[in-house]
Amino acid sequence: MDLGFDVVELPETDHPTEGDHAPDFTRPLVTSEDWGDASLSELAAEGPLLLVCYPMDGAFPSTYIWNELRERAFEQYKVQVVGLSISTPYEHMAFIDDREIEYPLFSDPQNAIAEQYDIVNDLDGMAGLSEPRPAVFLIDSELTIQYAWVASEWPEFPEYDELEDTILSL
Amino acid sequence: MSDAADPPITLYRLQACPFCERVVRKLDEYDLAYHSRFVEPMHSDRNVVKRISGSRTVPAIVDKSTGVTMSESANIVEYLDTTYGGDH
Repeated sequence: MDLGFDVVELPETDHPTEGDHAPDFTRPLVTSEDWGDASLSELAAEGPLLLVCYPMDGAFPSTYIWNELRERAFEQYKVQVVGLSISTPYEHMAFIDDREIEYPLFSDPQNAIAEQYDIVNDLDGMAGLSEPRPAVFLIDSELTIQYAWVASEWPEFPEYDELEDTILSL
Repeated sequence: MSDAADPPITLYRLQACPFCERVVRKLDEYDLAYHSRFVEPMHSDRNVVKRISGSRTVPAIVDKSTGVTMSESANIVEYLDTTYGGDH
């Protein structure tokens, strides 16, 4: 899309990518009903997993991302879809209800997972807040990354078709 | 999965609920590993607890090692004392 002006470019990162090991972590995993600590590795043990890092619940990119993922319904290809944002469990519950999200969402208010993955987005004009930049990681049961996409502009959205092709080739 | 990652006891609890913390103290006293599931504050929306225990009240525990599911903190404390306290 040609906007006729420059969009914000995000700095280079050293995020994990295809073939790398996805760093494991444990955080509260939220559904519409409750939440409890869960680890990435215990979810991945159940089968391939799409980790979707996204801005705060309520930001418009978050709504766009989850609307698209709901439409695409990757679970039909036996892939678990799991979100991650800095929003608290209570905000996740409201977001899940508002946007009719069928997927569980990790809550990481301190943004440490984004730091671990080197995908931090420092937010201009919001002192003391940072969040993950939009990113998706397709992870197999060995925690090996099969596909990675990380935003390099702000805003930028996942390459959904490319992602879907990769899921279909698993 | 190891026992530490998948303890037999699940505690359904509400953040800042003193009755729930009473049960936590008892679990800690007997050094019992447990998995916490925090539930929706709105009582009428608490269907997950209703499904497991038949009631929407918390605390509720599920103890897979004995097959017991139970609500009400006084009952739970008594159950934990009987099952895990004393000579057990």
